[in-house]
Amino acid sequence: MRLGNLPSAQAILRPVRAGTILASLAVALLLNFLPWKNVALAPDFVALVLAFWCVRQPRLVGLGAGWLLGLLIDAGNGVLLGQHALAYSLLAFAAITFSRRILWFALWSQALHVAALLLFAQGVSALVRLAAGAEFPGWAIVVGPLVGATLWPVVSVLLLLPQHMPADVDETRAI
Amino acid sequence: MEHSPPAFFNRGPAPLVRLAFFASLSLALLVLDARFRYTEGMRSVLALAVYPLQSLATMPAALAERISGYFASQSQLREENAELRAKLLAISQVAQRYEAAQAETGQLRRLIGAAERLPLKATPAEILYNGRDPYSRKVVIDKGSQSSVRAGSPVVDENGVVGQVTRVHALSSEVTLLTDKEQAIPVQVVRNGLRAVAFGAGSSGMLELRFMAANAEIQNGDKLVTSGIDGTYPPGLPVATVARIERDAAYAFARIVCQPAAGVESGGYVLVLGGQSGRLAYPEQTDPEGEKRTAKFRKPRRKDADAAR
Repeated sequence: MRLGNLPSAQAILRPVRAGTILASLAVALLLNFLPWKNVALAPDFVALVLAFWCVRQPRLVGLGAGWLLGLLIDAGNGVLLGQHALAYSLLAFAAITFSRRILWFALWSQALHVAALLLFAQGVSALVRLAAGAEFPGWAIVVGPLVGATLWPVVSVLLLLPQHMPADVDETRAI
Repeated sequence: MEHSPPAFFNRGPAPLVRLAFFASLSLALLVLDARFRYTEGMRSVLALAVYPLQSLATMPAALAERISGYFASQSQLREENAELRAKLLAISQVAQRYEAAQAETGQLRRLIGAAERLPLKATPAEILYNGRDPYSRKVVIDKGSQSSVRAGSPVVDENGVVGQVTRVHALSSEVTLLTDKEQAIPVQVVRNGLRAVAFGAGSSGMLELRFMAANAEIQNGDKLVTSGIDGTYPPGLPVATVARIERDAAYAFARIVCQPAAGVESGGYVLVLGGQSGRLAYPEQTDPEGEKRTAKFRKPRRKDADAAR
């Protein structure tokens, strides 16, 4: 078996900085608040980035972060308070549980796992809304998570870039 | 001596315990919000926290608009100017007539001692973005309680009613559109004064007149305006046009679908109407019998005679 095929085995990454995580989550929130033409088709960037950090750094980002982000999304969109909080905490839990398995695969196979995770989160929020008396908006709501999953390879490469940066090279060092 | 793992191995509570904690917290919030509406204060704080991100997110579109406006050619501007002048002329004529009619109405009202309708205060606002929620129809506007927007105020655009302010934060507020499934508005057919209630039809972007008898006097193309009965919407604002009527003998009610007059799902700028306080107090409910009688007005005279006896 060639270890070179495994993305996680290709390089030893530098430790992640908290600033990178915070900035990426802020950008994801910003993307979610963009005025999308069709909200059912737009991917949920916050869920995607949250799943990414839960898979990559389960000790730094977890259920608490998911819950807080969910509350912010709920308040910003004026939906039931707790709907996204519940969905994102469950998403974070599932992502942490499967994190070791997911990282074993190549990027596109990872995306399949992530599609399942995002669909699960969307299903949870749909269940909450239907229980609260909303009308089912149609099967278009499964498109957003699928679009989000196809963005997974892009997001993975982009968010790992800071950790691929070489350490400061000391020109005067002897060895 | 108690044995505990060194701090290096300590990872806090188990994931399942955390999940149970956060899930129950979310469920508690959901119940508090959906059933009792106890969470408005917390929601306002959170909304204030995300407001900078929201306004930042709408910036690219605004910037693009400004840039395209800068590069608009002179001929285009001149053309638009002429068009607007013509429109202004037409509208000012109508406005003059309206003013005269309003003065006359006020005089007549004073004559009969009716409460004079107070002039409406309109606050212009910009739609920040559509609520990212496929289950309801909401938009967020950039005026809040700082600009004295109040919950319940009607929101209109240049063509008619758009919706109603349902939640007010400090700097922004949420407007539920007419097409939301839970939104209702009292209307009146312009042609014959028939009163009805229009409900949102959800995802189709249309309105529905419910509980109209199958033989109700209503036609395709009838214009609907607000009737002003509820005291929330001022009377006479355009609401919708009847687009389709399905009368089925098997049902007691007709299915009437209407097209909203305003660009409910597509406008950029809206007016929040406020300052309407002409609503009269509800009559005291003394005897339920009398209420029932006024509701059934088929043969009022005979019933009144019965009651008097």
